[in-house]
Amino acid sequence: MARSLWATRAASYLRINVPCRGFATVLKDLKYADSHEWVRVEGESATVGITDHAQDHLGEVVYVELPEEGSKVEQGASFGAVESVKATSDVNSPVSGKVVEVNKKLSDSPGLVNSSPYEDGWIIKVELEDDSDLPCLMDPERYTKFCEKEDASR
Amino acid sequence: MAASQARKAGLPIINLLRVKGMPILQQLHLEERLLRTSSQNWCIINDGTTRPTIVMGVSGKAKELLETDAVLRDEIPVIRRFTGGGTVIVDQGTIFVTFICNKDAISGLQSYPRPIMSWSSLIYKNMFQGIGEFSLRENDYVIGNHKFGGNAQSITKNRWVHHTSFLWDYEISNMGYLKMPTRVPEYRQARNHAEFICRLKEYMSRSDFIDGTMDSVASHFALRSLDADDIQNSSSQFEPSSRILTRQELGEEASMELVGTVSQISYMAAISSTCPTSKIA
Repeated sequence: MARSLWATRAASYLRINVPCRGFATVLKDLKYADSHEWVRVEGESATVGITDHAQDHLGEVVYVELPEEGSKVEQGASFGAVESVKATSDVNSPVSGKVVEVNKKLSDSPGLVNSSPYEDGWIIKVELEDDSDLPCLMDPERYTKFCEKEDASR
Repeated sequence: MAASQARKAGLPIINLLRVKGMPILQQLHLEERLLRTSSQNWCIINDGTTRPTIVMGVSGKAKELLETDAVLRDEIPVIRRFTGGGTVIVDQGTIFVTFICNKDAISGLQSYPRPIMSWSSLIYKNMFQGIGEFSLRENDYVIGNHKFGGNAQSITKNRWVHHTSFLWDYEISNMGYLKMPTRVPEYRQARNHAEFICRLKEYMSRSDFIDGTMDSVASHFALRSLDADDIQNSSSQFEPSSRILTRQELGEEASMELVGTVSQISYMAAISSTCPTSKIA
């Protein structure tokens, strides 16, 4: 159900739709980490969340553990977690910097991570240290192949 | 099996730690430390814990899940653990089995909740052949439609932990500390605790269950037995997140603040004094 809703909204909105294997969606203007987080960079600011592939594999998210505003995040390191299906799963930062805002809506509506992983389900906004982290991240095409390879290995 | 033979056989090596009566908070601290600071695979079997203790998942809210007046009155410790999932009350009748693995330890297994949960059921499946109708049902281990094992996990970038509390035996009166949760599996069908769960001891002896588990683990991994001394304080910098909730967090009234302060001190002292050194089985 979450996937159908997402697909309907996405169809009127996406600049490009590069589907992963199955139903997961990848957006063109984002960068991706191999731990399935996305980042949208706008100048010195970045918005971070988990991908459609990740939310699909995790199942219904019932709780999001958010960091403190003002705390530091480091590329590749955990800054929070989501709970789904009796599991807590680390959320790792694709970039380094300072958390300037957390998505407080997730406290009452953790399911936004499932229904709108790239928009309403964003998790943190970061003031970037610099842009040296970005080349390590995957572009949409590479991330799509990464998802396909991961699913094929099952 | 020696490590070299294990590698030839293609089985991943797992460190087996078997203890008896380790306090559950100590077990949780150990698990989280091994998850976050070790690069090896681990299986921990804890044969019973000490005093009855309530253990909630990471997002558990005491007021929603517990009969807090009774919990406070009877000074039952309440722990918030680092893994997800629901609320259990554990005691000497509980057997704990934990797996802590690298994400690539098991060939073809994706480190997401549902695949790990499915894999875990394979460990126990064969033990119940001819004994009971074992299955994994909506994340619980059941015999028929009665739950005897609850599961929870924590997944990091490169590792995961899956732990289970098995109801070998339990005091039905202890279940009175737990409310019916708002989020329940469908197969529970509004049954109360007594109607929903069953005792593993009605199906096999305690030693048969533990020995059977170890035999099954040995068919999936190459076992390397360790004892608690081998792993003490290897990463003393690590701060685990599982902790005992204070009386205030359990909802003790603010107007009782002075009395609460004194009772909190005595409550924590009482819990600390009943955490004996764990015994190696």
